[in-house]
Amino acid sequence: MPSKTTTAAGQAPDNAHSWPAIVGAAWLVPGAGHFLLKRPGRGGLLLGSVVLMFLFGIMMRGAMFHPQTGDLLTTVIYCGGFIGDLASGLLYLLSTWFGYAQPDVAGDVHDYGTKFLVAAGLLNILAMVDAYEIATRKKQ
Amino acid sequence: MPKMNLTHFEAALLFALFASIVLGVVTKKTDRERLQYGLRCFGYFVVALIGLGWLMWLGHR
Repeated sequence: MPSKTTTAAGQAPDNAHSWPAIVGAAWLVPGAGHFLLKRPGRGGLLLGSVVLMFLFGIMMRGAMFHPQTGDLLTTVIYCGGFIGDLASGLLYLLSTWFGYAQPDVAGDVHDYGTKFLVAAGLLNILAMVDAYEIATRKKQ
Repeated sequence: MPKMNLTHFEAALLFALFASIVLGVVTKKTDRERLQYGLRCFGYFVVALIGLGWLMWLGHR
């Protein structure tokens, strides 16, 4: 049976994972970092918010960004949008693997859907940063 | 996956709701502070949404 390690202050750590594993899990599954760090309430709220936002984006038939280069604005919008989409982790990977490829068409609902998909990823980045700060004991 | 049609207002409210929940969860230290901050963020989103809506309506008159 593995022995429990203690911190310099003599407290038993509340998790046995290193921060790269926590942040990786938080990227793949929104809120998973908080679950691993034994914060299930906050993890559940993050999971629900990010997943629902992503699903609403899909149901509004939002488009996924693909990285494109050209002038500065094109590069920032398309590469930034791609990073935002990718930050949703498994949600993005599964939806693309299962063939979701909505073309970018005109329409306010499609537009909102595209923004929902990117915003879900950006919110997951906030969750990943929070999980990192908890894992490195910069916050509770 | 079913297709969903929302109005601008409904979509913006949903966006505000989810963003406020995450901002509340990741920023403050106690649950009470998180709840207050989340509610405040949601209020700011709604005020900005209605204010900008009126501004655009006046701009198009």
